Amino acid sequence: MFESKSGVLLIGGLFFFAIAFVSNAVVPVLMYDEEPTPVEQLVNGNLRYQFEDLAARYPESFKAAYGEPPEGLEEQDAWLNEKCAEALRLGRSIYIGEGCWHCHSQFIRPVANEEERWGPVSQQEEYQNELQMPVMFGTRRVGPDLSREGGRRSNDWHAVHFFKPTDLSTGSPMPDYPWLFDGSPDKPNRRGLALITYVQWLGSWLESYPMYEQYEPAPEFAAADDEEDEE
Amino acid sequence: MSEAERLDETSEVPLVEERLVCWYFYAAIAFMTVAMLAGLLMALQLVRWNPLGGIELLSPGRWRMLHTNAIAYGFLANAFLGALHWSVPRLTLRPVHSRWLSYAIFYAWQLVVVATAGGILVGQAQGLEWGETPIWIDPVAQFGLLLVAINFMTPILQVKGPMYVTLWYFLAAFVWTFMTYAMGNFIPQYFVAGTSAGAVGGLFIHDLVGLFVTPLGWGLMYYFVPILLKKPIWSHGLSLVGFWGLAFFYPLNGIHHFLYTPIPMFLQYGAIMSTVAVELVVTTVVINFFGTLKGSGREIVTNLPVRWFYTGMVFYFLTCLQCAMQTTLTFQQVIHFSDWVVGHAHLVMFGVFSLWLFGIMTYLFPRLLGVDWYSRRLCEWHYWLSTVSVLVMAGDLTLAGLFQGYFWASLQPWDASVDASVPFWILRVFAGLAMFGGQLVFVYNLRKTIQQSRAKADEAAMAV
Repeated sequence: MFESKSGVLLIGGLFFFAIAFVSNAVVPVLMYDEEPTPVEQLVNGNLRYQFEDLAARYPESFKAAYGEPPEGLEEQDAWLNEKCAEALRLGRSIYIGEGCWHCHSQFIRPVANEEERWGPVSQQEEYQNELQMPVMFGTRRVGPDLSREGGRRSNDWHAVHFFKPTDLSTGSPMPDYPWLFDGSPDKPNRRGLALITYVQWLGSWLESYPMYEQYEPAPEFAAADDEEDEE
Repeated sequence: MSEAERLDETSEVPLVEERLVCWYFYAAIAFMTVAMLAGLLMALQLVRWNPLGGIELLSPGRWRMLHTNAIAYGFLANAFLGALHWSVPRLTLRPVHSRWLSYAIFYAWQLVVVATAGGILVGQAQGLEWGETPIWIDPVAQFGLLLVAINFMTPILQVKGPMYVTLWYFLAAFVWTFMTYAMGNFIPQYFVAGTSAGAVGGLFIHDLVGLFVTPLGWGLMYYFVPILLKKPIWSHGLSLVGFWGLAFFYPLNGIHHFLYTPIPMFLQYGAIMSTVAVELVVTTVVINFFGTLKGSGREIVTNLPVRWFYTGMVFYFLTCLQCAMQTTLTFQQVIHFSDWVVGHAHLVMFGVFSLWLFGIMTYLFPRLLGVDWYSRRLCEWHYWLSTVSVLVMAGDLTLAGLFQGYFWASLQPWDASVDASVPFWILRVFAGLAMFGGQLVFVYNLRKTIQQSRAKADEAAMAV
C-alpha cells in the first residue's frame, strides 16, 4: 500500500491533502461565514471627510479623475459615496500592483508591544470585506504597519510622501512613486488620489480613529526640558 | 550499459528527449539571471543606492514580486521539468506521454512565465504572496499543470509492481502542485475574504514549498545520489518514513505563516506542532542520505555534483531546524515581519533547491552536450561563490531580523530600526553580488562548453 501507485496517489496525494484542506481552510471558512461587506458599505464618515478634503485640496486633479459632481445635496452625497468606493477599489489594486503589501503589513499582533505602537489589536471582523480578498495581512515590515494609518497624517503629507518619501522622512528606503502624479506632488493623478483614499480608509472604521502613537519624549530630552523650565 | 541506454538504442523514439532537457535548463538559467537582477534592484533600493529610481516599469516594488515569481515559476519549475524529462523516462523505461505535448508544454510554460513577468511589471499583480501571477494567467497556468501531470504520469502509471522512492515523490507532487495552485489562486480571490482567505493564502505559500518544490527536489535526490555514489539508498525503511511523514505533516503547516492573526488559535497550535513534526521527518531523510554517503565521503571532495547535493542537504537540515524554532510563538513575537524570514527563504530556495538543481545541471550538461565542462575550475568558482554568499546572506539577514525585532518590541522610533538595518542591508547587497557573480561564471562556462560541443559536432560531420 505504501509503495503502490494507488497508495501514493489516493492516500498521500488526495487524502492527506484533503485532511489538511478541511482542517486548515474549511474550518476557518465555516467559522467566519458572514458575507464579505461590499465596498460601497465600507465608505464611512471618516473616509468621506478625507475624500472631500482631497476634492478641496486638489480640485483640478479631482475633477480630471472623477468629473463634476451633480447639482443638489442628496445627489452630490450619493455621487461622492460612489466615487469614494471606486477610489477604494482602484487604490487597493494599486496597493497590490505596486507591491506595497510586501513592505507594509496590515495586522497588529497582541504581542511585542504592538498595541502600544500601532493601536488596537486586529480583529477578525475588520477583514471580512471585499477589499480583503485576498487578505492584505502582509508578511514583512520594512515600513510601518498600515492598518491604523487612516487619519494619522493629512492628504497632502501622503501626496508629498508618495512623490518622494525621503523629503518627509530622511533615511526612508521607500521608493519614489512619481507616476502617481502629473509632474509635481500637488497634482496627484487618478491613481494617486485612489491610493491616498485607500490608505486613509485603513482603520477609519475604529472607535479610536485616528490612532496616534503614544508619544513620550525620551528621558534625556525630558530632563533637558525640565532644566529649561527651571531656568 | 544501463538498461535505459540499451532501450534508447533499440527503439526508434528516443527515451529521453535530450534537446528538451537542455532547453528547459537554458530557460531556467535565463530566468535565474533575471530573478537575481530583480533581487539586486530591491536590495539597492533598501540601501538607497537605486540608480533607476522614479521609473514606473523599474519600480523596485514590482521587481520584488518578479524576483520571487521568476524563481518559483521561471527557475525552479523549468529546471525541475528539465530534470523530470531526464529522470522519469529513465526510471520507468518508457517515454513521456507525447513528444509533441512535451514541446507544446515547454513553449506554453515560457509564455506563462513571460506573461507573468510582464503582467507584474505593468502593475497587474494578484494579491497573493508567491502567486502574484495576474489573475487572467491563472487558468492558463492551471491548465499547463494539468498537461504536465498527464505527460509524466502516463509512463509512471504504466510501471508494474512497487515503484522506486523517486516516483512516489513525483506522483504525489503532480497531484499536490495542481491542487495547491487551484486552491491558492482561486479561493481567496473569488470565494472567501479576510481571515479565512489568510488561512488559505498561508496554505498556498507553504504548500508551494512543501508540496511542489520539496517532493520534486527530494525525488531527484533519491534518483541522482545513488547513481552518482554507485550504491543503493542506505535504508528503505527511512525512505518510507520520510515520504509518508512529509505527505502527512507538510500540508498541515500553512497557517504558521500567520501566527497571532485572528485565525483561530487552535489552528495556529496545530500548524506549529505539524511544523515541528516535519523537522523530525526531515531528520530521518537527512540521516538516510548521510548513511548512503558513509564510506564514500571522499566523493564530496572529488565529485562536484555530489558536493552540490550534500551541501544542499546540510542547508536543508539547517533551515528545517531553524523552521522548527522560528515557528514557535516565542520566536514569532520577535522575528515575525523581520528580515529573519527573508534570510530563511533564501537559505531554503537558493541554499537548498537551487544548489541541488545546479548540481543536477553540473552533472547533466556534459552528458547532454557530449563534451566535458569547458573549465572545471569555473565550476568550482560557481560552487564556492554560490554557497558562501548564500550562507553570508542568510546569516546576515537572520541577525538583521533579530535586531529589527528587538528594536520594534522595545518601542524605539521606527526610523531607528531602519537605520540599524542599513549595515545588514549593505552586506546583503555584496552577498547578492557574489551570488550573481557565481551565476555569471556558470553562464560563461556553459557558453564555452556549448561552443566546444558544437565544434565537436562539426568535426564529426566533417569526418563523415
